[in-house]
Amino acid sequence: MLKYHFDWSIVTSGKYFDWLVSGLKITLELSSVSIVLAFLLGLLIAVMRMSHIKPIRFIASAYLEFFRNTPLLVQIFFWYFGSYKILPTAVNDWLNSTNFEFAAAVIALTIYTSAFIAEDIRSGILSIPKEQMEAARSAGFSFLRSMQYIILPQAVRITVPPLVNQFLNLAKNSSLAMTIGVMELTYQARQVESYTFKGFEAFTAATLVYLVISVSITWAVHVYDRRVLNPQKAG
Amino acid sequence: MIEFNGVHKWFKKLHVLNDINLHVKPGEVVVVCGPSGSGKSTLIRTINQLEPINEGTLLVDGMNLSDKKTDINKLRAEIGFVFQQFNLYPHLSVLSNITLAPIKIRNTPKAQAQQQAMALLERVGLAEKRDAYPTQLSGGQQQRVAIARALAMKPRIMLFDEPTSALDPEMIGEVLDVMQKLAKSGMTMVVVTHEMGFAREVAHRVVFMDQGQILEVAPPEQFFLHPQHERAQQFLKQLLSPMH
Repeated sequence: MLKYHFDWSIVTSGKYFDWLVSGLKITLELSSVSIVLAFLLGLLIAVMRMSHIKPIRFIASAYLEFFRNTPLLVQIFFWYFGSYKILPTAVNDWLNSTNFEFAAAVIALTIYTSAFIAEDIRSGILSIPKEQMEAARSAGFSFLRSMQYIILPQAVRITVPPLVNQFLNLAKNSSLAMTIGVMELTYQARQVESYTFKGFEAFTAATLVYLVISVSITWAVHVYDRRVLNPQKAG
Repeated sequence: MIEFNGVHKWFKKLHVLNDINLHVKPGEVVVVCGPSGSGKSTLIRTINQLEPINEGTLLVDGMNLSDKKTDINKLRAEIGFVFQQFNLYPHLSVLSNITLAPIKIRNTPKAQAQQQAMALLERVGLAEKRDAYPTQLSGGQQQRVAIARALAMKPRIMLFDEPTSALDPEMIGEVLDVMQKLAKSGMTMVVVTHEMGFAREVAHRVVFMDQGQILEVAPPEQFFLHPQHERAQQFLKQLLSPMH
């Protein structure tokens, strides 16, 4: 016989419900800030990879290989436990007075994910016919302006499906931030479990919330794609 | 307006431009023809430095293209370029294709740029297509939009690189028509084309190229009736009666 007594009420109302909600808020903040930053940084790295100046290309490639090929958890630990040690004491005091674990998680998630996003966008750029760049350059646009107005808008449009994957990965990876004490959703679910021993309920709730977040991201990008990026496809 | 002086260019070992000397005067329409692989596309692409030259000097609108101080982006903004494959921006509507460069490069206010774009679309007969996307247009329509896009920058020179070669025969006329009107308006034009009817009616001079060299430069009536160079004679014979 099953000895476990389900008590779903702990995750639908009361104190523990509030904990989960506060965790959800942090997860949403962490994910959305990191998604925006990772996308922008990914664009930058992708364009640097296409530069005709060799050192710039090299820096971008090195960045990409380094952050793509090391575990995210190690990177999180590095930024949280390692990076500040080489900073002056005054900066350290200031960091300790702020929400440093949140900042370290944003930095790690942003940098890690930007490497993958850069690769996706680069393959998008490579699939744009080179005549588009020629058309832009012959109109008088500089290399960067051509990228900005003509190449990247097209590259991002065809990169939407892999980008959605990266956004989803980032949202799910944000759960690793609990390891450095960011009180996000997984952290709070763990807390609820510790206080109530209702692990099944707590983590089922967390699972469902992650599912809703992921589905929402997919849906939001899809709507944006159809309404703004590719309105000609919508009809 | 455009001055080639002893210009050479190599692709690896291939000598694609061999001692090019050619002066194009303001308001002049020059048609460049020759067999494929003769270097005519490369020639026209050097004028806005889509292809850099290796030797000699090339002056365009008073600017020396070999001079590092020449602002190539500024020069290109003064030169309209029309491609064989149109190369419209597929993510932008027809109107935005035309207004993008004036707004971003010339800082023309959006409303004014749109007004000018509409005037150009009227001129090429496509005003009703303002909100269409390039993929929704026929080849001839796309090329007319591409010409309007180039004209939106109020260029001092227009370059056409085989503008009708990718078109179905029934669409060639509509594009040549636009180009002819443009030539009549006094635009300086260099046109790479096999459309000898256009050359005969519109060109001031015809340039014949083969194997990277300019073999003949002559007014069209002279070039078509009495071509001097043997290879020009062969080329014309083949072009005018391809079955023989």
